[in-house]
Amino acid sequence: MLKISKSNLNALYAKINETMGLFIPIKKAGEVNYAVWGEGKEVSLETLKTVKSPKNMFFPQTENMMKFKTEGKNIEIIDVRDEKRPFVLFGVKACDYKAIEVLDKVFLADPVDTYYKARRDATTIVTLACSKPEESCFCKVFDIDATGAYGDVTVWMDEENLYWQANTEKGEALTATVRELFAEGGEAEVAAQQSATKAIIDQLPFSNLDLSKFKPENLNELFDAAEWEEMSEACLGCGTCTFVCPTCQCFDIRDFKTHEGVIRYRCWDSCMYSDFTLMAHGNSRTTQMQRFRQRFMHKIVYYPSQNDGLYSCVGCGRCVNKCPQNLNIVKVIKKLGGKAND
Amino acid sequence: MIEETLIPKIGVVTDIRKDTPDVKTFRVVGTDGKKLFKHMPGQCAMVSIPGVGECMFSITSSPTNEEYMEFSIKKCGCVTEVIHALEVGQQITVRGPYGKNFPVEEDFKGKDLLFIAGGIGLAPLRSVINYVRHYRSNYGKVVIVYGARSKDDLVDIDEIQNEWVNEPNTDVYLTIDRPQEGWDGHVGFVPSYVKELGLDPNMTAVLCGPPIMIKFTLQGLLELGFDKSRIFTTLELRMKCGVGKCGRCNVGDKFVCKDGPVFRMTELDELPDEY
Ligand SMILES: Cc1cc2nc3c(=O)[nH]c(=O)nc-3n(C[C@H](O)[C@H](O)[C@H](O)COP(=O)(O)OP(=O)(O)OC[C@H]3O[C@@H](n4cnc5c(N)ncnc54)[C@H](O)[C@@H]3O)c2cc1C
Ligand code: SF4
Ligand code: SF4
Ligand code: FES
Repeated sequence: MLKISKSNLNALYAKINETMGLFIPIKKAGEVNYAVWGEGKEVSLETLKTVKSPKNMFFPQTENMMKFKTEGKNIEIIDVRDEKRPFVLFGVKACDYKAIEVLDKVFLADPVDTYYKARRDATTIVTLACSKPEESCFCKVFDIDATGAYGDVTVWMDEENLYWQANTEKGEALTATVRELFAEGGEAEVAAQQSATKAIIDQLPFSNLDLSKFKPENLNELFDAAEWEEMSEACLGCGTCTFVCPTCQCFDIRDFKTHEGVIRYRCWDSCMYSDFTLMAHGNSRTTQMQRFRQRFMHKIVYYPSQNDGLYSCVGCGRCVNKCPQNLNIVKVIKKLGGKAND
Repeated sequence: MIEETLIPKIGVVTDIRKDTPDVKTFRVVGTDGKKLFKHMPGQCAMVSIPGVGECMFSITSSPTNEEYMEFSIKKCGCVTEVIHALEVGQQITVRGPYGKNFPVEEDFKGKDLLFIAGGIGLAPLRSVINYVRHYRSNYGKVVIVYGARSKDDLVDIDEIQNEWVNEPNTDVYLTIDRPQEGWDGHVGFVPSYVKELGLDPNMTAVLCGPPIMIKFTLQGLLELGFDKSRIFTTLELRMKCGVGKCGRCNVGDKFVCKDGPVFRMTELDELPDEY
């Protein structure tokens, strides 16, 4: 294990930035989100939850996919995919890292999404272990260790130092470029912090939710549950929960006419919107209850059924904090998850 | 260039046939004059007019046709309206093939087959029927029941009346919803016609058409003693990607674009009723 004094972090960022792009939580207009690092930017690694998850590093909110030029009856397709400059995504929490693995199973499944893959291949992910989890966190429910070593490199931070450990070949390569800034050591400090943090996590209010009911074999029973009506009653269909969620991956594909041709782009979409499934002759989900049910069933029943039991919620708690109507997946799990959750 | 399924190929419209007042069939080849890609009966493709939009259509031509592909398209909205206004020689974009096909080489082989279609539902069935005709000796008796609102709404009537009816060991039954001048065939809805015909319940059945027709025809078949595990149908949900990634077309834990659009009735029974 390696360590560096926190007073020296700017030098670390600058060093990484010499060879690769650096995306890191940066405070801007009162909000912290992943953004390109540069001298003078206000880095905020202490912020537990960036407003937007890092998913937009791989799956941007909008992305041009191709261009068309038409002349008379002819069409030309212009490939706008470009080579991605290698970049480091720094400070990713364990839940958000696991969310990237959830997205991988969608975008990297055959046929591979080359837009997503190009960005994935170009990234080295540095995760940051949590030391101050908050009440809305429930990653433990999904067997995620907020203090554990995920990604290519993991760093732990205490009052004085940042501790660094490479986990993969990509991580080793990054380490080699910054090695000169580090000294050896930190094992004892990290171990102490890990056990202290785990003790806090065990005490969090949602850490002991019981998921045993959410199994593919209960799909129809859960789908038919009478409780959906009452749980979804207040839902505005605003889509906030889907936009802040690190695992929500629904997208739309649209065309945009410009004076140099047509641009086909994709953008985030939301199953919470009424026109999501609208067709020329009908709609498979006409009520907000159905759309609300779709979002949560997808997270804890449909996705696991398609992916060997892996849940597509990572317990980041963003939907818990952000829903204007105070609806969220924790309430759904408690309501439908049986007695153990009372 | 790295292969990307969302980036389409360019197709050229080489023939346009007006089947009914609101259905046209478009013949499409690649810019090299050859077929764009291979497919199996029941599979679909995303067709687009850049700047207008992309839509999913069944590939209605048979895979055994090695020269071109055909789409029978009903005019019902922004994109299909523009497609209907196309002229021969116009380029469009096509990507696919998407979805699971009818089990023509597995379940259907050696079986007596019953095809039931309503309206534009003939589009996916035409591909299977012509495939079965091509490999005729691999299949048993074929019965086709096809209905539409009026005689003018029967898609591909020329091919049906000139070719299908003359096929050995094949019965074709046509019906229209209401009596009409110049029509001396059967009048009535598909579901009741199917019951009247007293069909052999040991046949393997394929149903395609509007949801309401499927629902009542299925009831009729079950009353006649057909087995659900030998009845197939196709679902139609809103689609964008075609490959199980955009999250739009699921019914429960199945994506219609990837795990369908062809489903066995017993599979549908296990899914939530949300389609
Ligand atoms: C698997 C599958 C196979 C199909 N096969 C055929 C076929 O062989 N022939 C045929 O005429 N039609 C077929 N359809 C329906 C066809 O895709 C729609 O009629 C068409 O998309 C309508 O588009 P529009 O822009 O003209 O209508 P609008 O109502 O203006 O459509 C707006 C948007 O909604 C979407 N949309 C509208 N209706 C449907 C629909 N029924 N299904 C999916 N998306 C829809 C379109 O993608 C479009 O982007 C099929 C649909 C699916 C899913
Ligand atoms: S659950 Fe909340 S955040 Fe999500 S769409 Fe409904 S009101 Fe908006
Ligand atoms: S569903 Fe809510 S808690 Fe779960 S990953 Fe998404 S935003 Fe986080
Ligand atoms: S059309 Fe995108 S998931 Fe089926």
